[in-house]
Amino acid sequence: MVSEIIVELKGVSKYYDETPALTDVDLYIRRNEFVTLLGPSGCGKTTMLRLIGGFEKPDSGTITFKGEDISNVPSHKRRVNTVFQRYALFSHLNVFENIAFGLRIKKMKESVIREKVSRMLQLVNLEGYEKRDVNSLSGGQQQRVAIARALVNEPEVLLLDEPLAALDLKLRKEMQHELKNMQRQLGITFLFVTHDQEEALSMSDTVVVMKDGEIQQIGTPEMIYNEPVNAFVADFIGESNIVDGIMREDYLVEFAGSLFECADAGFLPNELVDVVIRPEDLTLMPPEKAKIRGEVRSVNFLGVHWEMIVEGTDGTSWLVHSTLMEPVGTVVGLGLEPMDIHIMKKVRA
Amino acid sequence: MKRLSLTPYLIWMVLFTVVPMLLVLYYAFTVPTEGGVTWSLQNFARFFEPIYLRVFLRSLYLAVISTGICLLLGYPAAMVMAGNAFKRKHVVMLLFVVPMWMNFLLRTYAWLTILERNGFINALLGFFNLPRLNILYTNTAVVLGMVYNFLPFMVLPIYSVLSKIDKGVVEAAGDLGANPFQVFMKVILPLSMPGVVSGITMVFMPAMTTFVISRLLGGGQFTLIGNLIEQQFLVVGDWGFGSAISVVMIVVILLSMAVMSFFEGEEKDVALW
Repeated sequence: MVSEIIVELKGVSKYYDETPALTDVDLYIRRNEFVTLLGPSGCGKTTMLRLIGGFEKPDSGTITFKGEDISNVPSHKRRVNTVFQRYALFSHLNVFENIAFGLRIKKMKESVIREKVSRMLQLVNLEGYEKRDVNSLSGGQQQRVAIARALVNEPEVLLLDEPLAALDLKLRKEMQHELKNMQRQLGITFLFVTHDQEEALSMSDTVVVMKDGEIQQIGTPEMIYNEPVNAFVADFIGESNIVDGIMREDYLVEFAGSLFECADAGFLPNELVDVVIRPEDLTLMPPEKAKIRGEVRSVNFLGVHWEMIVEGTDGTSWLVHSTLMEPVGTVVGLGLEPMDIHIMKKVRA
Repeated sequence: MKRLSLTPYLIWMVLFTVVPMLLVLYYAFTVPTEGGVTWSLQNFARFFEPIYLRVFLRSLYLAVISTGICLLLGYPAAMVMAGNAFKRKHVVMLLFVVPMWMNFLLRTYAWLTILERNGFINALLGFFNLPRLNILYTNTAVVLGMVYNFLPFMVLPIYSVLSKIDKGVVEAAGDLGANPFQVFMKVILPLSMPGVVSGITMVFMPAMTTFVISRLLGGGQFTLIGNLIEQQFLVVGDWGFGSAISVVMIVVILLSMAVMSFFEGEEKDVALW
């Protein structure tokens, strides 16, 4: 079932002192979706979040919320709430009062506030912390208070600006699961900003990959990973080997000195393209059977698999992930299936 | 080693703080008799005579008024300076600080020439055929002098606290539905209290004890508690009574600081600037 569109950006641009932060962006977010804005720092993802939150105004374009233009509505009149990157808790208030802040602004009855806050504390696993000073909490606990403080207002959209960036790896993984669970449980639309591609892939329904203020690709995590639209997305989402190639004809590409069958078509004859191959799609095989041959230059054990750099006979370096290992100096062959060769149009640099 | 390096400061403090304090206490609690001194509370009893109490209350009144005006003028100024939209904050900061490079007495003398009968203000008023103002040697002149001299001590601590408030906290309050006025009342003002408290302390204490401003701008007839102490030591020669008033003042100031630090709460790490 496809649900209604709740937030929509049309032709939105934003400049900071002449420098474009977002250029002509179109995006819509459906109800109950978990959407992630993913990109390197400076790509405009936080700017987009701040525009939706109402902390900035777009220089052009419109932002609509349930069909209503909210481009110039100040943040305190929007029905979205934000979890800030550095939490931004009120240090003069205790945990209870931090969470109750939004409810007190709405002048709710004390008994209702008590009930709602205690339900939130339960949700974020902080029962018994009501009276605690927020400055005495750990990073993870402060994060939970920040999430509870936003969620208690029952927003229709929750904006999260790199909320897990300051946590250590283990805690981050835990919070990822918890956030995902909360989102399912409460049925609230989440718009999540991160530069961590793994986080984006594991949590989202939809991933929006951004670069230099422009959207590169929008799709499910599987789509983004398996069918990146360009070399940037391929490189940013997971690790990739990106080499120059020439499309000889449909379903036939030449790179690394050989012709390969592939699954892509629709290019001009002899068009220069980027060939993207995931390191886990390269398999080690005896050199005489392979089209790509090379010498193992380095070996790195990463737990589940080995990471090897193989220098091909034509000088190309190949990143290989494999559960098998060949020692440094060995000449090996690299095999790959037509489905694993991703052909992309060259991005005009 | 650490203790050794502290020695000069310890000697300094003993010589110029502890010993004088002990002397003041000694003079306050003794009265000279024939052939010696006796312990007595007589000096303190004198302080509670109506004539001196009135001086004390007047000092308190003027200090409170001056502190209040400094707060009303200083807080908005500090807010404007701390505001992000304000580009020339360093210029304004300089304007507040530059007068402090000048000698305190000179600055106050300058007001004398501005306020006097044929001074700058009255010349200006006369030029427009307006009635003259006789501000000099009134409460107004003394309060004006205090506000002028002590305003930077109010602005700077408040500015320093305000400029350290995380912008994210202000945004978070707006995000949670607070309009700009509510953001100020519920977030900015409470978070800036340490600055307000230290500003009040830094203005109230000198305003309460000043004798230069009241002497110059209040004229001879105008006595504040600071003038009273000065008189007892330099004119009357009653060191016992002068010391007793000083002790009362120390107690008053310590009490007001205790009250202040109670309001300041747990924010102990707030520096003045």
